[in-house]
Formats: sequence, C-alpha cells, structure tokens
Amino acid sequence: MSTRLRGRPELYTSYGQEMSLLNTRAKALGVLAILAVAVYLPMGMEDDLLRVLNTGLVFAIGAIGLNLLTGYAGQVSLGHAFFIGVGAYTAAALSGDPDGRYIGFGITNPLIWVPAAGLVAAACGLLIAPLATRLRGLYLAIVTLGLVFIGQYFFIEWRSLSGGAQVGREAATPILFGADLTRAGAFSEEQKLFWFFLVLLVIFAVLARNIARSKIGRAFAAIRDRDIAAGVMGVELSRYKLIAFGLSSFYAGVAGSLMFVASGTLGPEQFGLLLSVQFIAMVLIGGVATISGAIMGAMLIAMLPRIASELPHYLPFLSRSPIDSPNIFEFELIAYGALIVAFLLFEPRGLFGIWLRIRTYWKSFPFSY
Amino acid sequence: MNEFLTATGQGMGNGAVYALLALGFVIIYKSMSVISFAQPAFMMSGAVLVSHLTGRIGFVAAVVVGTIAIALVALVVERVAIRPMVGKAVFVIAIITIGIDIVVRTVAGAFVGVNQLLLGDPWGLKVVTVGGVQLQERHIAAILAAAVVVTVLFLFFRYTRIGLAMRAASLDQEAAMAQGVSIGTVFAVSWALAGGLAALAGVFAASGNAFDQSLWMVALVALPVIILGGLDSLGGAVLGGLIIGIVESVVRTYHSTWFPFLDTNTGGIAPYIVMLLVLLVRPHGLFGTKEVERV
Repeated sequence: MSTRLRGRPELYTSYGQEMSLLNTRAKALGVLAILAVAVYLPMGMEDDLLRVLNTGLVFAIGAIGLNLLTGYAGQVSLGHAFFIGVGAYTAAALSGDPDGRYIGFGITNPLIWVPAAGLVAAACGLLIAPLATRLRGLYLAIVTLGLVFIGQYFFIEWRSLSGGAQVGREAATPILFGADLTRAGAFSEEQKLFWFFLVLLVIFAVLARNIARSKIGRAFAAIRDRDIAAGVMGVELSRYKLIAFGLSSFYAGVAGSLMFVASGTLGPEQFGLLLSVQFIAMVLIGGVATISGAIMGAMLIAMLPRIASELPHYLPFLSRSPIDSPNIFEFELIAYGALIVAFLLFEPRGLFGIWLRIRTYWKSFPFSY
Repeated sequence: MNEFLTATGQGMGNGAVYALLALGFVIIYKSMSVISFAQPAFMMSGAVLVSHLTGRIGFVAAVVVGTIAIALVALVVERVAIRPMVGKAVFVIAIITIGIDIVVRTVAGAFVGVNQLLLGDPWGLKVVTVGGVQLQERHIAAILAAAVVVTVLFLFFRYTRIGLAMRAASLDQEAAMAQGVSIGTVFAVSWALAGGLAALAGVFAASGNAFDQSLWMVALVALPVIILGGLDSLGGAVLGGLIIGIVESVVRTYHSTWFPFLDTNTGGIAPYIVMLLVLLVRPHGLFGTKEVERV
C-alpha cells in the first residue's frame, strides 16, 4: 500500500504516510542534522552563549504549551505566567532542603520534580478550566489576566513557600544519577544543563507534535476554527477545552520548574504579566499552531536581552545603565512590543512562515510559484 | 461608620478614575468589538505629559493639551496599526494592542526614569472634613470631572452627527455603512475618545502623591469594571467603575479586621475576585448584551 516512488517526495499513497512526523526524506535528514548540531553545540561554544540557549530551550517548552492552547485550540491565555509560577514553586519545594527556612522535601531528582511540577500546574489548570471553558475569546483573555494578579498575590503571601516579595527562595536543584547538574565537573554547568534541557525539549516537542496530529489535535483545530460547527459535528467542547488547558498548564509547569535552575533563585515578582506577554510573543513571533515555530520564537525571545546588551557597541546613544534613558532594557521591552505588532501586521505566520517562504522559493526554483 | 464613609468616598474617587478608563474600553469595544489593551499606556503617557507641561503652561492648560495630544497619539496608533487589521480575528487585534501598549508605555516610562514624578496638581493630599467624614479634594475633583465627562459624552452620543453615526455603527455596521456612515471615521473617533479619556483618567490617578512607572497597573482595574458593567454598556462602565472603586477601597480599609491571617492587603486583588464571581454568575455583566450565537 504505502510504497514510495523515487524522486516524487510529494506523492503519498496512504494517509499514514502523509501524516507521519517526518513525511519527506529532506525533512528526516534536516531534523537529524539539526539534532546532531544541537548535541555537539555545547562542545564548541562559550558558556555565556550557552546560558542564553539554555534559557531558550526552557522557554521553548513553555511556548509549546501555550501554542497547544492558543495556537491549536484558539483559546487566548494571558495566564501562562501563573502556571509557570506554580511549576517553579512546586519544583523548588520538592527539591528544597527539609531543614531549610522554606518548605522543602529534599527530593532532588529532576526525574521526579519535573513531572510533579507539571502535574501540579496541570491540576491548577483543570481547576480553573471549568470557569474558562464557559467563556470565549476576549473574556478568557481578561479572566486569565486576572489569574496572574491573584496568583501573584498568593505567591507573595505564602512566605513559607516563596520567601515573600523582594526576598525569594532557592530554586530546584537537579541531581541526576548522583551528579549535580549545576556544579562544574568533567563538563561545565552550562553544558550539562544544555543536554538535559535538550533531551526534555525533544521529548515534549515530539509529544506535542503527536498530540497535534491525533484526534485531540483535530478537535482543537475544529474548536479554534469555529467552535459552534465543531460542537455540531460532535466535538465535546468543554472536554477538549479542559484537555487543552490541562496540557498547556502541564507544559508551563515543566518549563517553570526548569526556568530558574541556572540562576538558582526565584522571587514572586517574576511571575507577572510581562512573563505572560513574553510567551504570547514567542508563540506569535515563532508561528501560531506550529511546534518548530514555537521553538524558534522562544530562541529569539531568549536571545533578545543578549542582543540588546551587545547593541551599545553599535548605537552609542543606548546606555547600559538602567538609570539613564534610553537604555538597553527599554530597548528590549520596545522590541517585544514592536516584534509582536510587526509580525502580526506583516507576517502572521511568524518565523515559521518566513521559513516556509524560503522553502517554497527553492522548491519551485526557478519558477516563482 | 465614619471610617466606612471615608472609605466609600475614597472609593468613589478612585471609581471615577476607573469609570473614565472603562468608558474608553467600552467605546472601542462598541465600535470594533475589540478590547484595547493599549489603554494603560495612554493613561500613563497622559499623566507623564501633563506633569511635564504643568511647569510651563499651568495645570489646567496642561490637562487640556495633554488630553488632546494623547487623543492624537491614539488616532495615529489606530490608523497605523489597527486599521490594516480590520476584519481579522478580534483576538489578533487585541494582541496587537498589547504590543502597542508595551511600546507606548516604555517610551512614556523613559520620561519617568527611575525617579518619581510630581503631577503638579492643585489638590495634593488636602482633605475636606464633612460631618466627620474625610474626603480628599482630588477625589472630589475626580468625581466632578467624571460627571462632566459622562454628561458631555451622553450629549455627544445623543445629539451630534458623528455620535449618532457611532451608535448606528455599533448596532449594525453594514446597515450604517449603507446609510452613508463612514466606518473609518467611527473607528478613528472612538480611538481618539478612548485615548483622551485614558489621559484624563491618568491625570486623576496620578494626582496627590508622586507617581512612578507602575502607574499603568491602575488602568488594568478597568477590566473588572467593564466585565461587571457589561462590555458594551456606557452606563455600566460608570456604575461598574464606582462599585469596583468602592469595593476595593472598603476591602483595603477593613482588611486587617476581615482577614487578620493575611499580611498582604487584599484590596489590590478584590476587583479581580469580583470579576471572577461576576463571570461565574452573570457573564454578560450588569447591563451588557447577552451574547447570542447564531450559526
């Protein structure tokens, strides 16, 4: 049945063939090449650049989660920061020192605290979902925005967990198979964390891609495109919205548990509206309803602070000090906003759309269509 | 009792600010069914602009110039970033307004810097005591200003050509176009109105104490207000603003009596809790139109 003809990469003879993850030879080779480069990257890169990429890998997991909810299922959420916070505090509490100042259980194995952080965040997501599934569109955006404020209040208030405002607590420590990933040994901290995050990102990206091309993903797309039509066709709206919320919160929790591993501390101020907007920006800049797009967007947003800090070399009027104005931090914020607006106006499919355009150009070369 | 009345008066003062902001949200929502998240930025830039102008041309003139200037900024924003997106999904436009908000707010914030700014308003923290109830002058001023604005808006929507056109367009866009209403003008005027209202709200929100870059957070309280009042009801925005303002202020005053086990004041999140309750019980708010789905 599913034979392939040589030299006809676009000819599919079965549905399964077309829907497979790596449906063309070029894609299979490309993914392999990217993975090989990614695995080798820490060997040939400076640690400070690697730290930026590490942030990007963690952001990517969170962005994939938001993309499942906002991109695939079409439910705009500004509350991602709250679920990231839940994940971060769950992980920090699980791996914290039992005799320390804050809640801690001493479970330092990330194979336990990463899924646990995801599950607790997912449970919070499911708690809120019944309210959220009753609402659509902009109402949902406003509710989730309120969630960020209420969540931040509880993070600040619960001092034995979070340390309180302006104080913070230590983040989760990853001790995998007896080796502390945040201590330099045979490999540096950044290298070990990079490989660890990379493995997790690949697992979660493939998982999300599989969800997106399964029954659940098709139901999400139907709800996004026209929820009434989807309901008429027999898609259970509230059930699938619940699933979308749970999944997205799970990813957010996982991302949250990893986000502060490198820096070692976290404070309740970090889970504000800006973090949510950053994740929205990642999804929109990368490409709505694409996994690879979410990863690209996350990488770009993670690199922005680094790009901004390099800019004063070229633009001498930009200051590095937050006291002067214009400074690099203002530039960074304006870049978020301007990128969101520019991509939505000129390239709604995001970075992934740009890639598609390049690909189509070469695929149909020398013809323009 | 006096404590309660004082809190209520303060809440009404804050509520007037929320009402002005909420009116802007509602006017934009009525004209293009989009919630503009750019209002906080317009509000903050209004306050910043007025505080920079006051020293040169006096407070009243600064408020007038600042309001008109921010209305013009909103007009430009609508023309450049929003108009090309008309007809696209509303949440896309809403997210564009988030992007605009960040840009405008950061630019306005650059003029604040790390210091605090003084608005230069004539009221300061002066207090009038009426029968044991303390009222801040700036709150009285805010309530009066809101009353004037609401009256003017009412007359505007009732008697002017463009006001009538805006009401017609919000009722049925295509029918209004068939009658010769220019929808582009309606969009432009609604954004300008919303920008001006936000700037005016910013002036009263920033009056009294010195203000810093976190001033914009005040504008987000307008979101619970429009949920409570109804997304498409101007009257709802005013009443909702006052209710939310009073609830917030009363909870803030009685926090230590009601919630002795919580250290952080709950006044700040009270509006959002009210919002969640309203959405559970009556999603379309007090005066909003119930959403009817037609296939």
